Amino acid sequence: MKTHSEEACTDCTFHNTEGLKKLGVNTSEVDFVVALAGNPNTGKSTVFNALTGLRQHTGNWPGKTVLRAEGGYSYGSKKYKLIDLPGTYSLLSTSEDEEVARNFILFGKPDVTVIVVDAARLERNLNLVLQVLEITNNAVICLNLLDEAKRHKITVDERALARDLGVPVVGTVARTQEGIPALLNTISKVAQGEIICKPHRVKSLSKPIEESVNELTKKIEVQFPGLPNSRWVAFRLLEGDQRITNAITTNELSELIDV
Amino acid sequence: MTSQHKKDSIAALANRLRWNIGDNFHDKLTEGIYADAADIASRAVHQQGEPRNATMDSKIDSIVTSKTWGFPIMIGILAVILWLTIEGANVPSGLLFNLLIDTMYPILKGFSSQLGIAWWIDGLLIDGVYLALAWVIAVMLPPMAIFFPLFTLLEDFGYLPRVAFNMDALFKKSGAHGKQALTMSMGFGCNAAGVIATRIIDSPRERLIAIITNNFSLCNGRWPTQILIAVIFIGVLVPDSMSGLVASASVISIALLGIGFMFLTSLGLSKTVLKGEVSTFTLELPPYRPPRVWQTIYTSLIDRTLIVLWRAIVFAAPAGAVIWLVSNIEIADISIANHLIEWLNPFGLFIGLNGVILLAYIVAIPANEIVIPTILMLTVANLKMAGLGEGSGVMFELDSAMETSNILSAGGWTLLTGVNLMLFSLLHNPCSTTIYTIYKETKSWKWTTVASILPVIMGFVVTFLVAQVWRLFL
Repeated sequence: MKTHSEEACTDCTFHNTEGLKKLGVNTSEVDFVVALAGNPNTGKSTVFNALTGLRQHTGNWPGKTVLRAEGGYSYGSKKYKLIDLPGTYSLLSTSEDEEVARNFILFGKPDVTVIVVDAARLERNLNLVLQVLEITNNAVICLNLLDEAKRHKITVDERALARDLGVPVVGTVARTQEGIPALLNTISKVAQGEIICKPHRVKSLSKPIEESVNELTKKIEVQFPGLPNSRWVAFRLLEGDQRITNAITTNELSELIDV
Repeated sequence: MTSQHKKDSIAALANRLRWNIGDNFHDKLTEGIYADAADIASRAVHQQGEPRNATMDSKIDSIVTSKTWGFPIMIGILAVILWLTIEGANVPSGLLFNLLIDTMYPILKGFSSQLGIAWWIDGLLIDGVYLALAWVIAVMLPPMAIFFPLFTLLEDFGYLPRVAFNMDALFKKSGAHGKQALTMSMGFGCNAAGVIATRIIDSPRERLIAIITNNFSLCNGRWPTQILIAVIFIGVLVPDSMSGLVASASVISIALLGIGFMFLTSLGLSKTVLKGEVSTFTLELPPYRPPRVWQTIYTSLIDRTLIVLWRAIVFAAPAGAVIWLVSNIEIADISIANHLIEWLNPFGLFIGLNGVILLAYIVAIPANEIVIPTILMLTVANLKMAGLGEGSGVMFELDSAMETSNILSAGGWTLLTGVNLMLFSLLHNPCSTTIYTIYKETKSWKWTTVASILPVIMGFVVTFLVAQVWRLFL
């Protein structure tokens, strides 16, 4: 159904520039915007430093990155802006840090969202991954802390994980730069559309909920054609999220698609 | 109109569906996500044999967060860090003094007289600005270069959340949020950073409490003051071999007193103007991670030490000029500084301090770091000490803490002045950066004023009481 030109639009330099500007991101001279999400204490800030070469101090305690941190790097011939979002366990509650992360992925529409997960505590980390995958299509899983997992005698089948999640998975030990080149390569492929993601959508929902979600999603799709995350918007509406309800009644949601 | 109607109908449909589903959508969705996560994880994760580190972590945790050992270990770790800082900073500080003041200062003076530079330019730039900078670097760089990396190593190891865990119950009892323990820890580095860190607290009431009381965390601008005064006035009360230990103990007491004031003020606020429920929260104890020592030392030097030092330098340079000016511009044959000191003296002495200290705190509002240099410079200017420095308002050379001590006793300082200075350094207004940050975070002049004035009032009250009791019994 999608024409080639539509796909090119979502990949191009000026894609959603306005939305990003609104969130305070300077997008001048940048080809792609990459968001970095993840649970607290997964080494997210270390990955951020490994990618950008910044030597910011990274503390071992939750809540360190309260503000968004920004950095940049170039890879191949493209320039990337990297946004380090606050570490959160979920995107479903109302705390300020979760709101920063959620609104950025939803309204900022980064070209790629890298989700950093702790390989030694995968199951708990997957809760956030699944929520992010509900919002965005273009994601890369950075399976970090492989060294710690090894010490715990845990191995993770990266291929099985990538298959189940429908997005690429790259194993890393960010502290020692292990796997960072592969991560850079994968990010660039997803950003340029060389890898097409088919993200997992939550399946284990009860029937009445699934039906309600579907009904509302259809209605949203009719009125906001081209919205990439209508199902997530439906989730939020069913939960009574005031920000999203406002975004529907004011024109914020349709502005996002028009860009 | 029609498009407005359409958009409303999405909201209307959502409302209707919400009625059908009931109000547990959130739980159902969360359950669904958890079920999928468990399912996917079970296919991808393979555990071989028994994990050992997890039990290692919980063994450490059962000790460092235990009711019996939690607090003693916390105080012990802080004590070791402070002791290393105090003992270790002495020698490099002396070397820096030698280089910047004993060697460089006369060379600069010689140059300027050879070039025939006007006395007031020479005074303003060399006796004012240069000496202020030299002082700040010599006093601050060594302790910071030791204290920050040590603190950072502790942070990287994963100890701070354990501190929060230990203190959670106390904060709850004070009607504050448990996460305030984390913002408090940040405050030990820098209060402005601590105030920004309060964003991790969701409830506005508890966040305000955390913002207002963050100033009671002794920040790095004040650690050097505490350490120096403790060495000069309290370390000398005991034999040499013990002095480092006793000085660290007194600095720790001040830091703990600050935490005590934080609890009391939080309690007071939550019982009066900021009443409300205490929120519950989950705090994850992250796994212990062996810190990468060299990288940590490097990043903490770049990230903290040099940035903080740079800030001190930026504020010290104009302060040096101001101090030189007020000490050298005379009205009715007496310098402005002396007028101000004489005017502040009665109140200062009344609360066990003196006019010099109060004036220094006014000059040092931009940055707490320059309090000690300012005090010394003003003391000399006020006394017109012979043989110390070239003229009034000159920051003079000091080879050791002992010489500082001589100056201060000549300026009429006693043990009481030292103790009260330590107390007042803990309990006074936040620096201008912190005040500005508080305004940016709260967007309220009212709360910014409260956060700025409250600690000063407490400082006056506490130093007054200490002075009265001291004079009564000693």
